[in-house]
Amino acid sequence: MKPLDRKWVWLWSALLLVVLLVLPFLVKNYRVFQFNLVLVYAIAILGLNMLTGFNGQISLGHGAFYAFGAYTAAILMDKLGVPYWATLPAAFVVCFVFGFLVGFPALRLAGHYLALATFALALAVPQLLKYKHIEHLTGGVQGIVLNKPEPPFDFRFLDQPFSADRWLYYFSLAVAGLMFLIAWNLLRGRVGRALIAVRDHPIAATAMGINLPVFKSLTFGTSAGITGLAGALGAIVVAFVSPDSFTVNLSIFLLVGVVVGGLASIPGAIFGGIFIQFVPNIADEISKSAPAAIYGILLIGFMYLLPTGVMGGLYKVWARLRAKTAG
Amino acid sequence: MRLKSIALAIVSLTALTVGTSALAQKKYDIGATDKEIKIGGISPYSGPASAYGAIGKAITAYFAKVNAEGGINGRKLTFISLDDGYNPAKTVEQARKLVEEEEVLFIFNTLGTPPNSAIHKYMNSKKTPQLFVATGATKWGDPKNFPWTMGWQPNYQSESKVFAAHLLENKPNAKVAILYQNDDYGKDYLKGFEDGLGDKAKSMIVSKISYEVTDPTIDSQMVSLKATGADTFFNITTPKFAAQAIKKAAEIGWKPTHYLNSVSASVGSVMNPAGPENGVGIYTASYLKDPTDPQFQKGKEWDDWLAWMTKYQPKGDIKDVNNVYGYTVAQGLVQVLKQAGDNLTRENIMKQAASLEMTLPMLLPGINVKTGPDDFYPIQREQLARFDGKTWQLFGKVYGR
Repeated sequence: MKPLDRKWVWLWSALLLVVLLVLPFLVKNYRVFQFNLVLVYAIAILGLNMLTGFNGQISLGHGAFYAFGAYTAAILMDKLGVPYWATLPAAFVVCFVFGFLVGFPALRLAGHYLALATFALALAVPQLLKYKHIEHLTGGVQGIVLNKPEPPFDFRFLDQPFSADRWLYYFSLAVAGLMFLIAWNLLRGRVGRALIAVRDHPIAATAMGINLPVFKSLTFGTSAGITGLAGALGAIVVAFVSPDSFTVNLSIFLLVGVVVGGLASIPGAIFGGIFIQFVPNIADEISKSAPAAIYGILLIGFMYLLPTGVMGGLYKVWARLRAKTAG
Repeated sequence: MRLKSIALAIVSLTALTVGTSALAQKKYDIGATDKEIKIGGISPYSGPASAYGAIGKAITAYFAKVNAEGGINGRKLTFISLDDGYNPAKTVEQARKLVEEEEVLFIFNTLGTPPNSAIHKYMNSKKTPQLFVATGATKWGDPKNFPWTMGWQPNYQSESKVFAAHLLENKPNAKVAILYQNDDYGKDYLKGFEDGLGDKAKSMIVSKISYEVTDPTIDSQMVSLKATGADTFFNITTPKFAAQAIKKAAEIGWKPTHYLNSVSASVGSVMNPAGPENGVGIYTASYLKDPTDPQFQKGKEWDDWLAWMTKYQPKGDIKDVNNVYGYTVAQGLVQVLKQAGDNLTRENIMKQAASLEMTLPMLLPGINVKTGPDDFYPIQREQLARFDGKTWQLFGKVYGR
């Protein structure tokens, strides 16, 4: 049974990889742009999931870190002429430090109080970005318009040109792949177990020698860093940042993505990204009068059918299939 | 059998030549055919600015009327209107959907300064018209750098020029104090006012104080403005602050000649909260017929509007000026498309939009729509109105170009 399993896993992975690589040439540029956004949101949700899913800290303010990352990238590209790829690590570092500093006092705030504190952050950020003394950097309410990075070389495939969007797709895919790989290695080992222990029973975790304050702050920092990096990538993909792009809704949508994808599930982030990217569009197509209400109904329906998120549902189906074949 | 196929070939050949000769006079870009014109729109149907979603619905309803009456030159208007929730990142996505997937001929009346800024460069690089945008920023009329973008309503600068002209005529030695919101909108108004006063700006303006949209109140600003001894006040504020300013001025006993920007000319959300008795005598400017004003609730123009509202927009609020706005801007577009005739290329759409001269039924008497190759500001005239404690009373002449 076992060797067969492995062979199948390899085969499916290879097939998935081929599909992912060919995909942008099968659809229009606009769709590629949407896929790019899915990847961006998936990375942001991965960051938040690390904090909320694995470590049990609820943040309603990750939109703020996303905004910070986006602005870091935009200002570096616009004012200092830094190449786009170099802004990603910068955004990670800036948001890590910022998240660590926010996470430190947040240690004293447990559960719902932390949620409120981070919510305040999400509310404040769009207004702070308009602050006049930093307007020469942030562009104030107008925001900053960026240039899309051109693809490094030209070719055609399946009669489609290698456009800026398609290049960004591969770039985002590589970044997302790297982030998921890092998260996978981090969360499935000693660190991941420690995070879950802190979530499930902080006192027991301390007794076992886990330094609670350091772990919680570092998790907050890393989570903010990854979400910030997603923000930077998002700024490059959309080629525009402005305070109105990062309202409190964004933070809430990210949390929706985490829950829909599946709490404490790494691949779940991808489904979360797909959900927050496409479901509002579906709602808009159904009704112009009340798109938000339709969205709400879809969300409730979704949570009713898959109460543990997409990954939770998939695991359940998988377990049932295994039980059947074994039995 | 063979004869039949030969005959068929001949017939189809003739049809082809006839077809091509007819086609020679017609020119189309993507989004236009013999049967339809595809138009894209982006409105905030959800989110913080969803009150403006009424405009998108009104436009849809007006196009339904046009189609029911046979379309334009035999072509139906297909209006694909999407929701961006006033989120610029979403606006980019929706604009790309409209241009690249829906393949519209052009995008029409997208709402809000930040959403339009987000797609400004994109639309121009795609050489696809971004026509009659629903924002008052001055930057939409820049045909040299952005030949594919055009505004619609009077921009902030033209409006403050109207105030400046009125002030120069009636109170040439006024001492003016200005309160403005410290962002593009506030600065746009300020610049127009200073330009309007011209050489006299330096001597007439005694004080300019700004506030942040994040400030809780503007009480201290009002006290300092009063202390300058100014006898005229130009109030460049958004609704919440406008109400505060009107109230505070009354509290501290400052009674200047008061100009209020049209952004905050709402009776319901500004004048009443400020205390209607405190607002008596304040001036503002407008260009659309207010559907709540009894003097406009008669005549053919009103009847037509009401008939359209009842038949095509029955869910809309008769009192909502956004319905008047949507009705009027849709009529403006219909004129552009009529002028374009069978030459429905993107270039010709912009060319026709830039050669308009007309009046529309729900614009105030004397207000016109006028554009030229170097003039991408369709509506620039406005009329002043004075608050009588209940409503805005129009008076005097029409100002502007």
